[in-house]
Amino acid sequence: MKRVYVNEEWCLGCHLCEYNCAFANSGLSDMALALKGRPIYPRIRVEEGEKISYAVSCRHCEDPICVKSCIAGALSKEDGVIRIDSDRCVGCFTCVLVCPYGALAPGETGVMQKCELCLQNASGEPACVKGCPNNAIVYEERGAAL
Amino acid sequence: MKRYVIIGNGIAAAGCIEGIRSTDGGGSITVVSAEKRGVYCRPLISYYLEGKTDLSRMGYRPDDFYEKNGCAVLWGRTAVKLDPVSRTVTLDDGAAVEYDALCVAAGSAPFVPGFEGLDTVEKKFSFMTLDDALALEKAVDKSSRVLIVGAGLIGLKCAEGIAGRSGSVTVCDLADRVLSSILDAECAGIMQRRLEEHGISFLLGDSAVRFDGGRAYMKSGAVVDFDVLVLAVGVRANSSLVKDAGGETGRGITVDEYMRTSLPGVFAAGDCAEGMDISAGQRRVLAILPGAYMQGHAAGVNMAGGSRVYDKGIPMNSIGFFGLHAMTAGSYEGDVYEERTGDSVKRLFTKDDLLKGFILIGRDERAGIYTSLIREKTPLSSIDFEALKKAATTAAFSPEIRRKKFGGAV
Ligand SMILES: Cc1cc2nc3c(=O)[nH]c(=O)nc-3n(C[C@H](O)[C@H](O)[C@H](O)COP(=O)(O)OP(=O)(O)OC[C@H]3O[C@@H](n4cnc5c(N)ncnc54)[C@H](O)[C@@H]3O)c2cc1C
Ligand code: SF4
Ligand code: SF4
Repeated sequence: MKRVYVNEEWCLGCHLCEYNCAFANSGLSDMALALKGRPIYPRIRVEEGEKISYAVSCRHCEDPICVKSCIAGALSKEDGVIRIDSDRCVGCFTCVLVCPYGALAPGETGVMQKCELCLQNASGEPACVKGCPNNAIVYEERGAAL
Repeated sequence: MKRYVIIGNGIAAAGCIEGIRSTDGGGSITVVSAEKRGVYCRPLISYYLEGKTDLSRMGYRPDDFYEKNGCAVLWGRTAVKLDPVSRTVTLDDGAAVEYDALCVAAGSAPFVPGFEGLDTVEKKFSFMTLDDALALEKAVDKSSRVLIVGAGLIGLKCAEGIAGRSGSVTVCDLADRVLSSILDAECAGIMQRRLEEHGISFLLGDSAVRFDGGRAYMKSGAVVDFDVLVLAVGVRANSSLVKDAGGETGRGITVDEYMRTSLPGVFAAGDCAEGMDISAGQRRVLAILPGAYMQGHAAGVNMAGGSRVYDKGIPMNSIGFFGLHAMTAGSYEGDVYEERTGDSVKRLFTKDDLLKGFILIGRDERAGIYTSLIREKTPLSSIDFEALKKAATTAAFSPEIRRKKFGGAV
């Protein structure tokens, strides 16, 4: 299955992916209208260490502990994609407590959000990848890292 | 064709069914279900009372779950006896069900102490099942004074759920603080304050000793008048079937990392089982939903001849009241790293180069990164723990770990 991967060496730490993510998932067609002057709730986050930066979003785990832990049956695996049903989520933070990658966070309304690879929104493929100026995020098929 | 039998029809049973079917598409599965409903999200019963969900969204699995997985469900039936020699389970209607592999996923039952005069109380409830919640919903209105005995997770979730529907809610507990099994006095105080701000009153270090109709006589001498009583003193693992059959039990049914009990062909999972808490290195009943699912799933795989260990069990809870969330995990032993401001607390406990446990209150933090360090027993010397203490970030991992985590499928 195709997933989103990062190339640490290429990441500029510019946070564009966060804006592209928030925009793609806003349901709006105007970027300024969607983002300008408002707090944004991206499903990808740039992690910054001493000398490195890279973007982290849901790994779409083969054995997803979030799905097994959700108290509301709101998380599920569909064709390998880990999806969230925002109508079911009650905002209990159990998934936040267990996800080893910190890939879930509350959105504007308090229910959790996570990357669903833009398969359901107008972008159709990961907007973070499409918009990255330095190819520091890629969308491709890989096996386990050795 | 193998015959699988599951006693109970909760989260652990659902995990067991999915575990069996991931390994064996053919064998027959019989589910003995005391409750007359399909598996539902038990923790949501308080959210239901609060109006944050409804019956149509509380099912844990779709309506065709049993059919799709080829399960025969014996609705409203209770298993009353287990014979590990003839490999039969006897039901309350006298029927006998034979098995090749059995999973006891019977959960827990409310523990009700023998209060004097309890039989004189007209409206009294436990808070464990959806039926309990539906009955409470009927019994309570804006004029009701509700008394909840027990300030643990279940009692307080009930209080939160019912606060908006009732006239007043009072919670009493013999312990000197709320949530005493997971929080110290200071953290408990923060959570209590939030509940009090929403109109819930507390009588702590005090409990009812005697009831007379709608009146509770407290240990301290206080008298509390109420219309509706909720008993949430504690729960006990449903382990008697295995115990009576000669199987090993402690506070729950003793299981190994394959979810095997001491009886051949008999597995146990969920709130009725006592497995290893790897953060404390001792057996514990870890009565949480994620544990129930994962134990059930492992049991199912192993019942069907596969091999799956569940060796990462730790206590972990995420519990919130009126928007203030407490996330806790592991054991609180060793050195403490602490940050405190207003209503927010962060405490990390480290010992022997390992993160052992944490308490996070009112923090917008990616706690799972910490939880995974406890579960994976990651040596702290292998990561930049100084950075990680301050903020949960994967950037604190070594390049090697990061490459494994982010360089390929996980
Ligand atoms: C109000 C409340 C809030 C909670 N909140 C949380 C939370 O936020 N997070 C969390 O992780 N956990 C929470 N829990 C705990 C969680 O619900 C349990 O850990 C989980 O449901 C355990 O699943 P189980 O399958 O082991 O047992 P159960 O869900 O209890 O299922 C066992 C089933 O077996 C049936 N049964 C028992 N004996 C027999 C028999 N002899 N024959 C046939 N059937 C039998 C019972 O009727 C029951 O339906 C909460 C629990 C309650 C009550
Ligand atoms: S949210 Fe976290 S645990 Fe769940 S699939 Fe994504 S990375 Fe894995
Ligand atoms: S916050 Fe929502 S998605 Fe996460 S575990 Fe709770 S109900 Fe499930």
